[in-house]
Amino acid sequence: MSIFKKIMTAIRGGASEVGEAIVDSNATRIFEQEIRDSENHLTKAKRDLTGVMAQQMAAGREVDRLKRDVTEHEGYAVQALEKGDETLALAVAEKISALESELATQQQALDSFSGSADRLKELVKKSERQVQEFKRQLSMVKTTESVQNETSAITDNFSSSNSKLLNAKDSLERIKAKQQNFDDKMKAAELLESENSDNSLAAQLKEAGIGAADNNANSVLERLKAKQK
Amino acid sequence: MNIHKIANHLNTLADSSETGLSFDCQPISGEVDVLQVTLLGREELPIFVSVTDDQILCITYLWGAEEVKPGSTNDMHTSMLEMNIPMPLSSFSKIGDKYVIFGALSINSALSDIEHELAVVNNNAIEIIDDMSEYLI
Repeated sequence: MSIFKKIMTAIRGGASEVGEAIVDSNATRIFEQEIRDSENHLTKAKRDLTGVMAQQMAAGREVDRLKRDVTEHEGYAVQALEKGDETLALAVAEKISALESELATQQQALDSFSGSADRLKELVKKSERQVQEFKRQLSMVKTTESVQNETSAITDNFSSSNSKLLNAKDSLERIKAKQQNFDDKMKAAELLESENSDNSLAAQLKEAGIGAADNNANSVLERLKAKQK
Repeated sequence: MNIHKIANHLNTLADSSETGLSFDCQPISGEVDVLQVTLLGREELPIFVSVTDDQILCITYLWGAEEVKPGSTNDMHTSMLEMNIPMPLSSFSKIGDKYVIFGALSINSALSDIEHELAVVNNNAIEIIDDMSEYLI
């Protein structure tokens, strides 16, 4: 079963009772242990690979050396034949034969080491992918677990404070009403502001002697003087 | 990053927040530490923030399954799926019998990113309840 299905099954099973641990913490621990085991295997495989590759290189060097030896001795044999020394040539030929059989053995070892190295490299790559995948799955399981615990903490908090999650539409209406209230207040403030600025305009006009003049003592006196005439 | 760092940041923002929203934080203790973040004037839709090994989760509860009009669950689900991608920085989910909207951030996010995410999740929550209200009781 894929990790997605496992999580979904766990959530549905636990949904009847919020707060119930949906993910078995024991299972999580086992899974974490499995990841650690895989990582240990991976480290060991890498170490093995290093060893095999060292052997591969050693065998390669040995093969090269033997090939050089064979060529060298072939040269000696030809020289011995040129000198007409059949006995010496035969001795050299025997040496070449021994070298060639050793070369065949070393070549076989080299092929075998190369094969092992390739197989181990493939294994290491596969294991690395596997560990990555396990870690991703564990992260999903842990997140599910913490969201579940979080939900229970939230639910506990709500029930202890005697408040509850409101109906969504009611919440929206309240928020909108508050927003409206805020907007109204802003409008009222703007209105007030503009009235104030009207007042200040009137004051400026008056100061400039434009518009209705005040009934001050001077104007009253002027009026009385005018009546006397 | 932990919820206390986030709470300190949001509480010190006051009027100087980039989003123009005023945050109030209250930690909820439990098996997992959760930060309840409310926004001034929008107290009905708190956001619950938790910090796990590799991410920061911001969850807001939308409505309960019992608030969905009988027979319109499928249509609502389709609408929600269609809205999921156009909705910035958030996705839908269901926890138990509650529908939620959530945003997930990297554990290495800057505090300003978290603040932005919270504002977006809250705005989305309000808009989505408005949009989906035809399916709700």
